[in-house]
Amino acid sequence: MSQRGITLYLHVHQPYRVRDYSVFETAVNHNYFTDPDPLSDRNNEKIFRKVAEKSYRPMNALLQTLLDTHPEFKVSLSITGTFIEQAEAWTPDVIESFQNLVKTGRVEIVSETYYHSLAFFYSRTEFESQVEAHKQKIRDLFGVETSVFRNTELAYNDELAQWADSYGFKGILAEGWDPVLDWRSPNFVYRPEGTENISLLLKNYRLSDDLAFRFSNKAWTEWPLTADKYTEWTTASIADQPLINLFMDYETFGEHQWADTGIFDFFGEFVGRWLSDPSNTFYTVSEAIDTNKPAGTISMPSTVTWADAERDLTAWLGNSMQQEALHYLYALENDILRTNDLELIGDWRKLQTSDHAYYMCTKWFTDGDVHAYFSPYSSPYDAFLYYMNAIRDLRWRLHDQHRTGGLRG
Amino acid sequence: MLGWELPPHNSGGLGVACYHLAKALSMKGTSIDFVVPYSAPHDAIDFMTVHSATKLSPLERYGLGAYDSSFLLEEKPGEVLGDLKDIRGVQRHYTRFVEQLISTKDIPFDAIHAHDWLTMEAGMRAKQLTDAPLIVHVHSTEFDRSGGGTGNPIAREIEYQGLIMADRIIAVSEVTKGIIISEYGIPADKIEVVYNAIDPSSFDDGYEYDRRTYKYLEGLKAEGHTIISAVTRMTIQKGLGNLITAVAKASEKYDRLALLLAGDGEQRNELIALASELGISDKIFFTGFVRGKQWRDAYSVSDIFVLSSVSEPFGLTALEAAHHDTALIVTRTSGVGEVLNSIFKYDFWDTDRLADQIVGIATSESLQKSLKQNVMHEYARLSWHDVAERCMNLYQTVRQGALV
Repeated sequence: MSQRGITLYLHVHQPYRVRDYSVFETAVNHNYFTDPDPLSDRNNEKIFRKVAEKSYRPMNALLQTLLDTHPEFKVSLSITGTFIEQAEAWTPDVIESFQNLVKTGRVEIVSETYYHSLAFFYSRTEFESQVEAHKQKIRDLFGVETSVFRNTELAYNDELAQWADSYGFKGILAEGWDPVLDWRSPNFVYRPEGTENISLLLKNYRLSDDLAFRFSNKAWTEWPLTADKYTEWTTASIADQPLINLFMDYETFGEHQWADTGIFDFFGEFVGRWLSDPSNTFYTVSEAIDTNKPAGTISMPSTVTWADAERDLTAWLGNSMQQEALHYLYALENDILRTNDLELIGDWRKLQTSDHAYYMCTKWFTDGDVHAYFSPYSSPYDAFLYYMNAIRDLRWRLHDQHRTGGLRG
Repeated sequence: MLGWELPPHNSGGLGVACYHLAKALSMKGTSIDFVVPYSAPHDAIDFMTVHSATKLSPLERYGLGAYDSSFLLEEKPGEVLGDLKDIRGVQRHYTRFVEQLISTKDIPFDAIHAHDWLTMEAGMRAKQLTDAPLIVHVHSTEFDRSGGGTGNPIAREIEYQGLIMADRIIAVSEVTKGIIISEYGIPADKIEVVYNAIDPSSFDDGYEYDRRTYKYLEGLKAEGHTIISAVTRMTIQKGLGNLITAVAKASEKYDRLALLLAGDGEQRNELIALASELGISDKIFFTGFVRGKQWRDAYSVSDIFVLSSVSEPFGLTALEAAHHDTALIVTRTSGVGEVLNSIFKYDFWDTDRLADQIVGIATSESLQKSLKQNVMHEYARLSWHDVAERCMNLYQTVRQGALV
């Protein structure tokens, strides 16, 4: 019998936030992403350097140490194109530390859209372009091929699985959401409905969220979470089952949970504790799939994400501002791509990053849960206005520089 | 003269009207002591004496807002605001200052001219101390500011007392006169309607329209779009939700429309959400608060200016817009509509009518052109000298025939 394994998968991402881009700059200044104010919360460089200091550098150092210390330790990472571009510009040492991790052969890179977009729901051709662009970037930077796919925000449905299957991926990631699983456990490999070869890995959200969301919450009855306690929980969860999929944002380590919460020490200690039992191991996402045959078929006709209590796309596409903004953006696709203007196409794609729509979310007005929705803007309405002006400016450039399209969209 | 703001430290039309009225009065030989509730230089004003009632900066006074009675100032470190933290505190200081001013003045005042509820208490006190006639000039009532509701009961009570105590009342329009009669129970013969005016020469400061300010809108115009605009505080009084709804309706009939909304206020987010629910965010341009060139260019870029107020005592912005060559559409409950003929009018709730008028102007070049040209002749007839003339007359005759 094979060992019981944890599949640790971390998502690495930073968007290009839109600066305070006003009506008066529309059609005049085509820079949307570089905030001249070094102290602004929309200054991408400032934020990137801060998160690098708090999260990327210390966490990569910890991962390197764990890989060096424990031959059984493994991790999978998805790293977005917008993250890589910013790291290349401002913190090349962070890129290098990721390259060193991949060189160990025990760190797998997971495929996704280059721009962390929701293109799957708007344009299949644009979606595939971004998957290809990401594959190429990973090839160039790390010299590896990707074979397991995750969609932005883990937004998943049967159609996506069928696409990934026919595209040649051997695995795909999704949320292990109770209403879908019913009596079944997320701790098995499954086969998506209507597919031939692809396997589905489901996030164990209880154990994942213990770290990602609850770790530092002093109001939580289980606080403080110790390595002993967490080992107990993981061991109980995996009894007579093959694997535990721990999926979360990479920035959980050091940014969402700050160093002074003890998250780094906790994690290092837990890895050692887990591996001290010889029947335990870690899997990369590919190994988890290679080692385990699908235990059954899972169907998700409607889209499931890893966000909110609803696990749907409402945080991104729930209100009319979000729907309108993305509608205008994707309506430009053909005109923009025809120009072959790489700068214009790049700006259009950077505006596809899902974070922009998230900043326009008004759900927290009804939830009253302001802190659950981080945004660099003073309100979702400001985010919407700046974004709309940027879209208008794209139209202006099309019209002015390429003689295509009209200003009214 | 008791006022609350003067340019450039004004948040709206009240300051502009006071400035031009006082200037025209001084040219007719009136000597004016003008009291404002803040401290700031008024370098451009040499025709009267401006007194500062408190040490507050105009910015802190803006925080209080000419018309926001609910705002609270926060003390900054090292600063003691004392009872100046809210608008009532500022009003108390203002009244005390006026008492002092009267006691130190060598020549007695011939008349006290108080503008709006903000200064009415000081006006009543001054009348008590000097026995000079009190003229209360109503630019806006609490009824208007609350969008036709009850509003702040304290402001309303002060307005009521001020209107009762006044020897004469100046209303800036028949609309306002009607409200003073029906909402405050003041007899009609105590109220005189004196319309505001516009001083075209005040716009002659070498201004030239800059097409680059609203470059995208100019681009739309080049594609045949008609630009509609409103320059206003975004509050419920202004009826902007109806304007957005009407633009959505108009767009169904005629697509080449864009709406420029210049200004800011508590209703902004609601308006953004409404535009999006109607699916016309793409047609609407929110600029935020504008001043100077951006403010004047907002008029200049526009083809149609809409004054959509639920209740607007006068509506100086409409005259400013007309001066910058726009066709006007105003609500029937806006005072400015009483002095202009070459304009369209609608009931503030009638979005179908407004949509019709917008489409009509946008699709007929000759209609648009005649509206723009004809209204120019009409507003040019309105002169601050005439306003000052009527005020002088009022000062002199207010107590004639009165029994002691």
